[in-house]
Amino acid sequence: MISRGLPSRLGCVLLLALGLIAGALLLPRAAVAQGAAPDISTPLAQLTTDKYDDTEAALGALALSGSPAAAGIVAALADGRLMYSPATRQVLIKTPQGGLVDAATGQPVAEAPPGAKAVRVNNRIRRAIEAASGTLALVNPDPAKRLEAASAVMRARDEAALPALDAALAKEADAKVKSALTLARASILIGKAGVPDADRIAAIATVGEQGNQDALAVLRSVPADASPAVKAAAQDAIAGIERSLAIWSVGQNIWYGVSLGSVLLLAAIGLAITFGVMGVINMAHGEMVMLGAYVTFVVQELIRTYNPALFDLSLLIAIPVAFLFTGLIGVLIERTVIRFLYGRALETLLATWGISLILQQAIRTAFGPTNREVGAPGWMSGAFELGQLSITYGRLWIIVFAMFVFVALLATLRLTRIGLEMRAVTQNRRMAASMGIRTNWVDAMTFGLGSGIAGIAGVALSQIDNVSPNLGQSYIIDSFLVVVFGGVGNLWGTLVGAMSLGIANKMLEPYAGAVLGKIALLVIVILFIQKRPRGLFALKGRAIES
Amino acid sequence: MSNLFSHARRVAGRAMAGAAALAIAGVAVPAAAQETIKVGVLHSLSGTMAISETTLKDTVLFMVDQQNAAGGVLGKKLVPVVVDPASNWPLFAEKARELLAKEKVAVVFGCWTSVSRKSVLPVFKELNGILFYPVQYEGEESERNVFYTGAAPNQQAIPAVDYLMENEGVKRWVLAGTDYVYPRTTNKILEAYLKSKGVAAEDIMINYTPFGHSDWQTIVADIKKFGSAGKKTAVVSTINGDANVPFYKELGNQGIKATDIPVVAFSVGEEELAGIDTKPLVGHLAAWNYFQSVDVPENADFIKKWRGYIKNDKRVTNDPMEATVIGFNMWVKAVEKAGTTDPDKVIPALIGVSVPNLTGGFSTMMPNHHITKPVLIGEIKDDGQFDVVEKTPGLIVAEEWSPYLEGSKDLIADWRSPMNCGNFNVKTGKCGAQ
Repeated sequence: MISRGLPSRLGCVLLLALGLIAGALLLPRAAVAQGAAPDISTPLAQLTTDKYDDTEAALGALALSGSPAAAGIVAALADGRLMYSPATRQVLIKTPQGGLVDAATGQPVAEAPPGAKAVRVNNRIRRAIEAASGTLALVNPDPAKRLEAASAVMRARDEAALPALDAALAKEADAKVKSALTLARASILIGKAGVPDADRIAAIATVGEQGNQDALAVLRSVPADASPAVKAAAQDAIAGIERSLAIWSVGQNIWYGVSLGSVLLLAAIGLAITFGVMGVINMAHGEMVMLGAYVTFVVQELIRTYNPALFDLSLLIAIPVAFLFTGLIGVLIERTVIRFLYGRALETLLATWGISLILQQAIRTAFGPTNREVGAPGWMSGAFELGQLSITYGRLWIIVFAMFVFVALLATLRLTRIGLEMRAVTQNRRMAASMGIRTNWVDAMTFGLGSGIAGIAGVALSQIDNVSPNLGQSYIIDSFLVVVFGGVGNLWGTLVGAMSLGIANKMLEPYAGAVLGKIALLVIVILFIQKRPRGLFALKGRAIES
Repeated sequence: MSNLFSHARRVAGRAMAGAAALAIAGVAVPAAAQETIKVGVLHSLSGTMAISETTLKDTVLFMVDQQNAAGGVLGKKLVPVVVDPASNWPLFAEKARELLAKEKVAVVFGCWTSVSRKSVLPVFKELNGILFYPVQYEGEESERNVFYTGAAPNQQAIPAVDYLMENEGVKRWVLAGTDYVYPRTTNKILEAYLKSKGVAAEDIMINYTPFGHSDWQTIVADIKKFGSAGKKTAVVSTINGDANVPFYKELGNQGIKATDIPVVAFSVGEEELAGIDTKPLVGHLAAWNYFQSVDVPENADFIKKWRGYIKNDKRVTNDPMEATVIGFNMWVKAVEKAGTTDPDKVIPALIGVSVPNLTGGFSTMMPNHHITKPVLIGEIKDDGQFDVVEKTPGLIVAEEWSPYLEGSKDLIADWRSPMNCGNFNVKTGKCGAQ
């Protein structure tokens, strides 16, 4: 019995041991594949300690646990729906519908235990959440989700995710996702200790092909103890990326310059009418821009209250409203103040300065001194990549809008009757009057048009600047600069002036800094005006001399 | 211009009419209550700073109201005198003179920018007034007539940098600020501090922008580039109020999230966030000594009463408001201790006065005329409030003269006898020597 029993018992133990080893080796993968329920009680307990270190550890464990519940728990934590009870050590998930589910058992819970609190999240935990949900989503059936997951894993560069990444890579069929996964894997390999040189150099090549700033960050994380060959490969790749980024950065500066130029154009184009065409030094011009921004705010508030579905169209609705409102205010100012002061530049300057203060304080009294929130519609948020340029939709639309306003204004002056009358009155007031043009009325309309244009500029500027009573102040000087530089009385001059000032500013800024850049620009413009007092595009003729 | 002043006068007039109505209504009040104590309020109600300072004017009026309801001070009613210096620095000095010489106020609560404080200093010295200054500032000052209830750099900037180093593992720093004295001095202190912690010069990028800067594309792109060096990067922002909205909008647009490059701001509070959609900003940080979201009974009580007074149940509270409240309560306590409003008695009486702050502790006026404060680090939440992620365990005593700056490291301030000096040099043993 003994002689038979011993070997069999030994055999049993041996088999058991082998089985355990095999099981240990197979279990994680089997669990991922079959969705069996591994034990997650340790990470769950860690979630109840209210310590960031424990929460972070719990997330790492959950991501690799292979538990089907893990994704739900991580998602709940990301949305702030994960609760815990310090008393009962229970972790609860608040469902989006408002119910409560026990995270350990998956069973619904009728009522939260007293003292239940949300699990706290800070930036470190948010990064861990991103990494964990990335790792978990690598096996998501939706390729778009997998693509997102791959880039999340790449950003996190967590070595622990490598096995999950390898498993996902082996199964991946989608070419796009596959290359993203390869990239993520390469990013992790570059910084990982103990990777063979050949693998690391291959990884450097993969990452280097990306050619963007993220790739630079990865390449610079090559460990200090890497072999010279690896370091040289990384240096080469970095130098290559930096060369191409330097070229792209010129393009980027031009883009930023055009974008700043279009903002300047929008702010100045109304002034090009009131100052450029009529010769009125209108210090209240900035306040017209400010009023336009507040009109946008009011329109958005009304839409939010009465018809939230229209929110994406709020800016389009605000444009005509702002034009009419500020245009009307402009006509009012012209009729009540400015028409008595034609030909007296200094008095006009002081009077309009006074009007600008009155308007500012009126808005401050009506809306309060603090900033008002003007929301961005969906189609104006976010950015897209064009090569290595990151182009934001908001800026793009402002450029398009500025060009549209410019063309529309040019067409109005060239092609409409009122435009013709405006030009006639500007060129020779008495002759125009003798031809039967009501010059008074044309003056009012011209001032109204300039103010209205300033108003719609306000709609656009509400998207990039503070909507506060001081909004106009920051644009008035730049506006005058553009109009004087471009040439008084010439819309094309305003366009070229705005664009060249914008681009020059953005070209100077990286070298001189924002403060010095602005000063340098001012000096350049002053010198230029000394040389050409009438600006870039000077009007010629007798009308100007008089 | 004249309409601005008449507006201010109207406000003051209304406040006085209110006080008068109270006095008439209180028939049972003894005859001594007919005597009043005037309290000056020197905050801009128009111009660029109105955005921040108007709230502080309301806070002082609210505190006066509360104090009068509780029986006033020394049995006398408080009467607020509000003037509007209109964000105009020389006008601050004129208005301060008006308050002290003409109105004969017992105390002034006022100023926001350092330049306005420097502008009124000679007036307060000459006419021996008391000024309570409620805003976080660059330090390097201690005056007999001024009590600083905002944070000195070591009560805000340095703990914030420590938090980022320890909790986020930040190795590379962008110090971005508006181009004036507070950011420049704070950044000088921070630069020296970071270098003392072993941060290399090439890992620090310093950037200044003009007031009201609105085109942040280049700078945000530079920050992104600076942050792609393979080391964890953070931005320490001393960007002033108005320029913050376009800065944060640009960060959101260029896709820089708090998990990539966190921004910790020293001038952005609940009030500033009221003008921004905060969803893209979740996780960016601010360091203050008070947040509206601090969950203690004192704060809940204050918010409730404040909203009742201002008749707006959405009105936010912020750090300079708390500093104003602390300053006001300290002054009341010191006047009651001294038994008079005479500045020569009240100024020494203020030292050592301790009042509850709104974060569940006590703040004490120290001999350097600065107060002890806890430091809180908050992360922006999607509702425009802050989630407090770190609070210093104890109170921090202000270092009015920074130990990290060459010119000030040997200086101390102590306004008790026998020293009675705001810049005593411990090396030379002389007062007034830099």
